[in-house]
Amino acid sequence: MAARQTSTLASRIPVRPARRWPGWLRDPLTALALTALLLILLAVGLGPWLYPVSPTAIDFAQALQPPSGSHPLGTNDLGQDQLARLLVGGRISLAVSTAAMAVSMSVGLGVGAVAGFYGRWVDGWLMRCTDLFLALPQLPLVLLVVYLFGEPARQRLGPERGIFFLIVLVIGGLNWMSVARLVRAGFLSLKQRTFVQAAVALGASPWEIVRHHLLPNVMGPVIVAATLAIGNALLAESTLSFLGLGFPPDVPTWGRMLYDAQNYLESAPHLVLAPGLAIFVTVLSVNTLGDHLRDKLEPGHR
Amino acid sequence: MLGYLFKRLLVALPTLLAISAVIFFILALSPSNPLGDLATNPAVTPEVRENIRRSLGLDQPIPVRYLKWTVALVSGNFGYSFTSRLPVSTLIAQRLPTTLGIIGVAYGLSVALALPLGIVAALRRGSWVDRTITTLAFMGFSTPTFFSGLVLIIVFSVRLGWFPFIYDSTLIVQDMASLGQLLRQSVMPITVLVLFQTAVLLRFVRVAMLEEIPQNYVKTARAKGLAQGRIITRHMLRNALIPVVTLVALDIPTIFTGSLVTEQVFRVPGMGALLVDSIYRGDTPVVMAIAFIYAVLVVAFNLVADVLYGLIDPRVRYGS
Repeated sequence: MAARQTSTLASRIPVRPARRWPGWLRDPLTALALTALLLILLAVGLGPWLYPVSPTAIDFAQALQPPSGSHPLGTNDLGQDQLARLLVGGRISLAVSTAAMAVSMSVGLGVGAVAGFYGRWVDGWLMRCTDLFLALPQLPLVLLVVYLFGEPARQRLGPERGIFFLIVLVIGGLNWMSVARLVRAGFLSLKQRTFVQAAVALGASPWEIVRHHLLPNVMGPVIVAATLAIGNALLAESTLSFLGLGFPPDVPTWGRMLYDAQNYLESAPHLVLAPGLAIFVTVLSVNTLGDHLRDKLEPGHR
Repeated sequence: MLGYLFKRLLVALPTLLAISAVIFFILALSPSNPLGDLATNPAVTPEVRENIRRSLGLDQPIPVRYLKWTVALVSGNFGYSFTSRLPVSTLIAQRLPTTLGIIGVAYGLSVALALPLGIVAALRRGSWVDRTITTLAFMGFSTPTFFSGLVLIIVFSVRLGWFPFIYDSTLIVQDMASLGQLLRQSVMPITVLVLFQTAVLLRFVRVAMLEEIPQNYVKTARAKGLAQGRIITRHMLRNALIPVVTLVALDIPTIFTGSLVTEQVFRVPGMGALLVDSIYRGDTPVVMAIAFIYAVLVVAFNLVADVLYGLIDPRVRYGS
């Protein structure tokens, strides 16, 4: 059975997370990824203040300009400054992916912890549910939900906030399954161990056991999964925007900028490079960090 | 074995039913109007609109519609498209060969590339060969297909003019010239998928091979004087492929969604393009059918993975 197969793989998670952290800068690739990520975060965080050009000001006389002194990354078809759009769009793209990661981690931790701790029919039922979610066609379903519920969400919560919450919930709500299985498998194997049974014998409450004995020992793989989930969420959001179903056109997420750019491949190819590279470098850095963390926190994993 | 297959099918069917219910109720409960443009077009009078609704069965309560849809689905009837009035199965039959052709070729090429590269990387672990291959795989794995697709178009269509910009859907293969044209327009979509898929597969193969290297049977084979090539192909690869086959089968549904984006980039008239177009047009029956077909693929390949696992690994025995 596929479910059992992956859970035996996941049950190889270490009992005690490795304590040695200072390997960051010893691996040049990891150091590079960390630097790139920090630079992107800095640029997106402080950029709009340091580069006070309006990302929305339309100027048709300046449309589709190649990169120049006044517009370092050129302008789009409406004459809007691409660098300003990239910086503002990065905030939204990164906010969506971090929030979606938080959603998927909370759901995954919750479901996995309950299933692994209580076992029996609760476990069986929750794992059926997890299997069902795994069998759902992800991207088509995301497209469908955002398309159908986008308009009402917009009306209820405002054009930007509504679609933000919707996208975060849909992406997060379809990506918690691997974490749930990871946590469940960890809990199931930890429950058999003497230190947990000793805690039970000493009269520790279920919540104390989960908090002090079980959760800390599955955190390693969960941190790895969380890191990789950010990259996945960023890709999912960009894909959605690229298909024209994400944020409204005046909100320049990186995927949306690529969607707009694909109509001007001949006249303005520079429009593709900046947002595409931004997505690529961010996802690559996040994945590299996740891989490094996996080596550090999951010694059994290669 | 047959008994096991039967048991797994019995589990797969309720899963499919549950998925179909999820898809149906998302659509049925959505506040958007399933008639799409027709509902807001001022040229359509209310009576006509009501007639259209009735002819599509939209005036009936939701559970009845779901029941009717499922019964029709089981008998292979997907209903009619709202916008083109063609049977959904006809529309899908038009698009499916293109998608399957491109995905099939892409997947075959990916396997052919990933196996040797993954084996070499694992055998030369830590060397510059390994580092180059894994780094490239990592980059391929992290590149969104819509970005690599657009870059390929800019470089090879706009700058070099080697390949056509957009996939010509009206092309019919009659002679060598049109066959060449078909191949030329398929090169870039396939390349994008191969780049991504090879990266994914390669990582699986490398990790699986690394697991086999320290095994005792490898030492035994070497001690009894077997040639290195024989040890790799006859002994290590056969063991390493066990987890790889499972992962590949579980991974195949993602290539369908990957092709959804690729089809959109190159305007390939496949299933993914049909889905996106139908979502825009609010063509509910088509959307439902395609989403359901994706779900069937996921469930089917899960099943294939389980069965293959037992076939290639003699240690796995399915109790009857």
